[in-house]
Amino acid sequence: MTALLTIIIVLFVAVALWQMVKIFDLAQVGSSNSQIADDKDNRINGYLMMAFLVFIYAITIASFYYLGDLPLVSNSASEHGPGLDSLMIISMVVIFIVQIVTQFILHYFAFKYKGEKGRKALFYADNNTLEAIWTIIPVIVLAGLIIYGLFTWNDIMNINEDDDPLVVELYAQQFNWKARYGGADNVLGQANVRLIDLDKANILGVAEDDPNAQDDVIVTELHLPKGRPVLFKMRSQDVLHSAYMPHFRAQMNCVPGMVTQFGFTPSVTTEEMRQNPDIQDKVQNINNIRVEKSKELVANGEEALELYEFDYLLLCNKICGKSHYNMQMKIIVETQEEYDAWMKEQKTFANSLN
Amino acid sequence: MSATAETHVHDDHDVHHHKETFVTKYIFSQDHKMIAKQYLITGVIIMGIIGIFMSLMIRMQIAWPEKSNVIFETFLGKWAPEGVMDADIYLALVTIHGTIMVFFVLTAGLSGTFSNLLIPLQIGARDMASGFLNMISYWLFFVSCVIMILSFFVEAGPAAAGWTIYPPLSALPMAQGGSGMGMTLWLVSMAIFIASSLLGSLNYIVTVINLRTKGMSMTRLPLTIWAFFVTAIIGVISFPVLLSAALLLIMDRSFGTSFFLSDIFIQGEVLHYQGGSPVLFEHLFWFLGHPEVYIVLLPALGITSEIIATNSRKPIFGYRAMVASILAIAFLSTIVWGHHMFISGMNPFLGSVFTFTTLLIAIPSAVKAFNYITTLWKGNLQMNPAMLFSIGLVSTFITGGLTGIILGDSALDINVHDTYFVVAHFHLVMGISALYGVFAGVYHWFPRMFGRMMNKNLGYLHFWVTAVCAYGVFFPMHFIGMAGLPRRYYTNSNFPLFDDTTNTQLVITMFALVGGLIQLVFLYNFFSSIFYGKKAPQNPWRSNTLEWTAPVKHMHGNWPGAIPHVYRWSYDYSKPGHDEDFVPQNIPMKEGEEELQH
Repeated sequence: MTALLTIIIVLFVAVALWQMVKIFDLAQVGSSNSQIADDKDNRINGYLMMAFLVFIYAITIASFYYLGDLPLVSNSASEHGPGLDSLMIISMVVIFIVQIVTQFILHYFAFKYKGEKGRKALFYADNNTLEAIWTIIPVIVLAGLIIYGLFTWNDIMNINEDDDPLVVELYAQQFNWKARYGGADNVLGQANVRLIDLDKANILGVAEDDPNAQDDVIVTELHLPKGRPVLFKMRSQDVLHSAYMPHFRAQMNCVPGMVTQFGFTPSVTTEEMRQNPDIQDKVQNINNIRVEKSKELVANGEEALELYEFDYLLLCNKICGKSHYNMQMKIIVETQEEYDAWMKEQKTFANSLN
Repeated sequence: MSATAETHVHDDHDVHHHKETFVTKYIFSQDHKMIAKQYLITGVIIMGIIGIFMSLMIRMQIAWPEKSNVIFETFLGKWAPEGVMDADIYLALVTIHGTIMVFFVLTAGLSGTFSNLLIPLQIGARDMASGFLNMISYWLFFVSCVIMILSFFVEAGPAAAGWTIYPPLSALPMAQGGSGMGMTLWLVSMAIFIASSLLGSLNYIVTVINLRTKGMSMTRLPLTIWAFFVTAIIGVISFPVLLSAALLLIMDRSFGTSFFLSDIFIQGEVLHYQGGSPVLFEHLFWFLGHPEVYIVLLPALGITSEIIATNSRKPIFGYRAMVASILAIAFLSTIVWGHHMFISGMNPFLGSVFTFTTLLIAIPSAVKAFNYITTLWKGNLQMNPAMLFSIGLVSTFITGGLTGIILGDSALDINVHDTYFVVAHFHLVMGISALYGVFAGVYHWFPRMFGRMMNKNLGYLHFWVTAVCAYGVFFPMHFIGMAGLPRRYYTNSNFPLFDDTTNTQLVITMFALVGGLIQLVFLYNFFSSIFYGKKAPQNPWRSNTLEWTAPVKHMHGNWPGAIPHVYRWSYDYSKPGHDEDFVPQNIPMKEGEEELQH
């Protein structure tokens, strides 16, 4: 019944709109008989072009003013982060300048050369010098960005195994994450989904007879020591997932049937990040929003929202099914001592089996 | 409604003398102009309404997550218990919205309408090389539309693995409800769609190569035809690869092969698949998927070239550079697909290679944008609605294209991959730009299609509100993407981290709703003008191309007498030595007149 009523209302709204447009349509009879733009249309739309240019600038400024503190282009928490962020900022500046200038020229020309009866346009079909100029300038700018980008990319993706990185496996399944550490020997035991044995609580399919696997540690909260390179080995047991750690400027897909990898060195502990004034402002802002929302919820007899405290997160960033929107794992970066103390409390793989 | 003898023409050769019935004229028509209208109504209008309506539902869910809504209750039925949208149907809407807009509206709708209408008329041909194949192509398209829509009515819901349908999610019914019957229908629909697209493309290529009228050399072709021609070539090269990927995926799903699957444990059991790779599917998909962006964009740019030149009363600037950049874009588009896969687990060295080729493609794109701007310079701009949409296209093409410099850079892509930044980028550069191309084309060639004019003031209203809303929706979206918000999240309520994006999301949804509703003005203008529009003059925009020399009334063969011959290129606007500010292509050169070296 509601459905029927809604459809009827939607129909009425559509008819009303139709009629309003029709009135608008009929009201112009006599003002202009031809449906081809005349001088008046050219003039009005020419001015609107300039107004639209102002609108584009306004929305750009407003976005930077209101949303400029959202982007993750500062306060990265990994050693490669600042390099990546400055590449981002340089690219943004280049884009910003080109955008401002070309949009100005486009809309200004549309305004300046608006048609008038009797005027003749300039017959100007070709100019090889101009073509060469605006082929070569993008070539130079892009060459600079490409070279800078490739150096950054190679720095990030080339993982030096001599640094003795901490090896951690990130294991994805619909819809949660697990992490596996190599244990005292820092070597991950062999694993394959065919070895999964739920009865024995071997949920990651680790080879039970592999000597390297005995001291492996499987956890649901990722702890990382500050300052030590970490090499992540990603696996997935069912569909594609993507391990996205935005604060560390890190992301890699988890692909069933193969092991992918990504490495970085955490450079800021969770505690230090919480003391960062920028982050404190952000948290304060979020909590103001949550308090407002809670008032509304409480008024409706629902529970209030918990206050937010900053934590690093690992998110799934590849569509993976119904609960894709809630597939996350907390990451805690801490000092080596805190990390060692935490690790000591964890059960090894051999002890965790039923 | 059967056509009478007066619609028949008498010519020395090549004219169909069969009797037309309602069925052969309007339904199983082999006439390119009627097929163009069929594509326009099915592909652009009907599928467009469905696709845009889905996007509005998606936006409503994002702005008011998990809130009850009568619109959801009405249109989603069991998928919105008590009016609250289900997470599965959210993903399905995202998937089918993408599929419909990319393939049905902007590939088949755009090329189907304007390639069919303009190729024979602008090159001076009686019809397509094969009217019969053209008809089959449309009807296959129609069938694929019907199957895609029917997939909404199967038990477990339509395909919901994203329009890129990456396996294993799309391959395993136990991974997601939509990967059952819904995905089968998606694959069947796409297979038929690809057959339709290939038939159409082959027809376009053959027609352009063989049926040009006397004097219409390749260097005198209007840029529209160049764009349609090259688009068809890209389609013929890349669509079969998607067909093979779809067939292999069907094999994996139904016949137990392991092309894309390996080592899978799901719902408590190990599946038998061994040795395949999902990354292989990504390669096959994007080998079509990236050229697809240009299949969508090039026809829109071709339409823009024609409209900007005509309405500026100036030759298009740098005709040769424009043709060269179309060809360069076409070539480069086939070697950049890997930029969708920087973090897919492929070798990082490949990431470097694809970064290089991807940023190269910015160069011909920049040349095109600068040439459009220079065409405006010292012109005499006639601000018809089609012209406004063309200028709007250049604007969104620049805004959206520039952020491609960030996404095409493998290092920067790490942190914005699959976030709202990507959504903002591709919607501006290919979604909105190509839609503007469609609108520009409809406003410009409506008199040619229906013999009547569309209302210009409604056109102005339509353009300005749409233009403001397009920026209002997609510009702020870059910032929430840079804040790390992943796309395709049903709700962000589990991430307090993103609470500071909620107000922005609300503003975006408001712009989206207004922008969606204003399209009703276009629909009104379109349908009422078909019946009540002012009768159009023969050549309303005072254009040079051949389609304006043919009579508007429905007839086979396009020209009642002999096909006009061509003596010049199509951009002799405001040429010195002529009284009028345009010289149609079929006007012979004056004595001593120089044909411009272009």
